[in-house]
Amino acid sequence: MKKTLTALVAAAMTLTTAPAFAELVVPNLSYRTGPYAANGIPYADGFNDYFTLLNERDGGIGGEMVATPECETAYNTEKGVECYESTKGEGALAYNPLSTGITYQLIPKVTADGITLYTPGYGRTSAANGKVFKWVFNFPANYWDGASVAIKHIIDQEGGDISGKKIALVYHNSAYGKEPIRTLEELAKKHGFELSTLPVDHPGQEQKSQWLQIRRDKPDYVLMWGWGVMNQVAIQEAVNIRFPMDHFIGVWWSGSENDVAPAGDKASGYKALSFHGTGMDYPVYADLKQYVVDAGKASGAGDQVGTMLYSRGMYAAMIISEAIRKAQEMAGKSNVNAAEVRDGFENLDLTEARLEELGLPNFAQPIKASCENHGGPGSAKVFQWDAGAKKWNEASDWIESDKDVLNPLIEEDSAAFASENNITDQCN
Amino acid sequence: MFYREAGDFKTSYREDSQTFPIKFDRLRYYAVLVVAFGIVPLFINDYWANAVAVPFLIYAIAAIGLNILVGYAGQVSLGTGGFMAVGAYAVYKLMTAFPDVNIFFHVIIAGFITAAVGVIFGLPSLRIKGFYLAVATLAAQFFLVWLFNKVPWFYNYSASGQINAPERTVFGVFVTGAQTSAMAKYMFCLVMLTLVALVARNLTRGTVGRKWMAIRDMDIAAEIIGVNPLTTKLSAFAVSSFFIGIAGALFFAVYLGAAEVGEAFGIQKSFLILFMVIIGGLGSIFGSFAGAAFLVLLPVFLKNVLVGTLGWPTDLAAHIELMIVGGLIVAFLIAEPHGLAQLWRVAKEKLRLWPFPH
Repeated sequence: MKKTLTALVAAAMTLTTAPAFAELVVPNLSYRTGPYAANGIPYADGFNDYFTLLNERDGGIGGEMVATPECETAYNTEKGVECYESTKGEGALAYNPLSTGITYQLIPKVTADGITLYTPGYGRTSAANGKVFKWVFNFPANYWDGASVAIKHIIDQEGGDISGKKIALVYHNSAYGKEPIRTLEELAKKHGFELSTLPVDHPGQEQKSQWLQIRRDKPDYVLMWGWGVMNQVAIQEAVNIRFPMDHFIGVWWSGSENDVAPAGDKASGYKALSFHGTGMDYPVYADLKQYVVDAGKASGAGDQVGTMLYSRGMYAAMIISEAIRKAQEMAGKSNVNAAEVRDGFENLDLTEARLEELGLPNFAQPIKASCENHGGPGSAKVFQWDAGAKKWNEASDWIESDKDVLNPLIEEDSAAFASENNITDQCN
Repeated sequence: MFYREAGDFKTSYREDSQTFPIKFDRLRYYAVLVVAFGIVPLFINDYWANAVAVPFLIYAIAAIGLNILVGYAGQVSLGTGGFMAVGAYAVYKLMTAFPDVNIFFHVIIAGFITAAVGVIFGLPSLRIKGFYLAVATLAAQFFLVWLFNKVPWFYNYSASGQINAPERTVFGVFVTGAQTSAMAKYMFCLVMLTLVALVARNLTRGTVGRKWMAIRDMDIAAEIIGVNPLTTKLSAFAVSSFFIGIAGALFFAVYLGAAEVGEAFGIQKSFLILFMVIIGGLGSIFGSFAGAAFLVLLPVFLKNVLVGTLGWPTDLAAHIELMIVGGLIVAFLIAEPHGLAQLWRVAKEKLRLWPFPH
């Protein structure tokens, strides 16, 4: 049995090592199954559709077609490793696994293999320090930025003083959810609020006890670091205990249409952060409709276009494509390799004007990366859900994170990684 | 024709009691060893090592460990994931606390630490049996995962609660960390598996194994003929946890390189390994290998066929894959409730009579 199986696997492997038909390969490690699929699907669709648009409208990037071979990870680290190993041989230029757990696995691997890991708004926060993490980029914002922006928004709402207020954090009990705690503790010291933390175990369908505790403790604000089915359940539970929704703020991963829809009208007023705009009001959607959706080339079911996480997948694809463009410009050739793409990321200069050219005016903050700065501006907007109109409305302008608190923390964490792995300053 | 005892004369007790008394079996066993140690390392690449070979070897160690407890000693356990976590966190703490000691010894010591924890959680087995014991070990699973999440000392106070394996070498070759070659990973796990399988095979053939099986078959009768249930049950828990701890240590340090307890060592892992043991065959070392191979290789194989060859969408393929694997498990258990090992046994019986079955 074992032998025949091995033989069969061997047969299958030889069949699958088909040559890559495009010159530029950006694997899409997505998840369309499991408890996180509701959030994984729109992101993967946005990511694929943007590259399809570039291929169909412009003939790729700099004349080279882009392929996005998809691999299903189910948000599972073991499958993520398998996906990484199976796609890296095809000439992968950059990875965007949309999972903090998989990111932690891949950081040492991409460093050894020399492939860029781009983790916008997730992953290891201290990767913002390019001196230590040469191959990892997480601009425009990271979890600690998110925590700081959320607290700043609360300060604004409370008229400048939040000392003595109670803030609770409901978080996914994993590396992802634990990331903001250190920062929130520092911010609690600085601003004098009282922080309580409530972990929710994977996958997050069972949250009765956490919300019972919130009902009993009556915190002034609740922050949420949730993902997948946990978001929907948390928002429903908050509605059930009649928690004021405008005092409930999710990070950018807890703010998609699919998260608020199950709670219906009562979810109105729920807030979530985002480091980019959303909705169909950008000129790029006219092209997207013409070349991708109407041409029947949309990824998945094609029903997610313009949603929050679709926009984020598109954002990630846009940054990767801009980095590839920069790499082509620097290398003076179109078929760039993984090392050149990394240089493209490091020298990325995304301006307002460039965003406007791309059909995404005011969609995101400009980014100017450098060898030291892999973290970007770190600002985000607060969005508020309007269940009647079924759309996210902007509830604030760009809020910048508190760099005085964050920078020492990033230094400390990346220094720990550097000493564990004998890394010296890579920028000198 | 080839597969028979006839003509294979034994002239000493030593020869008579060897592991593989039939010559053909023995040769096959040596052939497998030669292929595994001599040929596979020459051809193995990153994909084969990380997606197929290393997980198979590690799960085989865990399955052997659980098979000793469930298959040989008859004590049902759902705490495998938790015990693997003990092995993983033990090896992490040892690696970071004593960087100068060879990783090989760290893995072995992690096994002993897990054995101690296993004995503690095995104590209820002296009073309760069957489903009730399963629930008691389930408590171990949840308690251990909770503990490693809750106490920051275990993950060296890192901000994310993740543990990352630092780089370590054996004979100057990296076996953990990013610079590890596919061959080094494979060989390190293979050596461990071979040692574990040898120890397990010989334990189960000797006094210790016979005591386990006596307890499994009827504990009261075993007690009457002089088998001490206390030492027997606890030794089963200790040996089983020792192997599972080694598997957990390798799983974290060599295979994943970074882990977080809820995701890597959750209840699904306990069930996965229990399924390996049940599908492979209870009370059989070969069954542990077959079960691990079945549940590690089949999903990868299906994925490659459905997505790679047939070009199906990834979500459809993932769902179909779950259905096929689930369906096959059900079909197997109906057709052969004693697992793949029994199929192998039947095949051997047939071979012994071939070509004259009557």
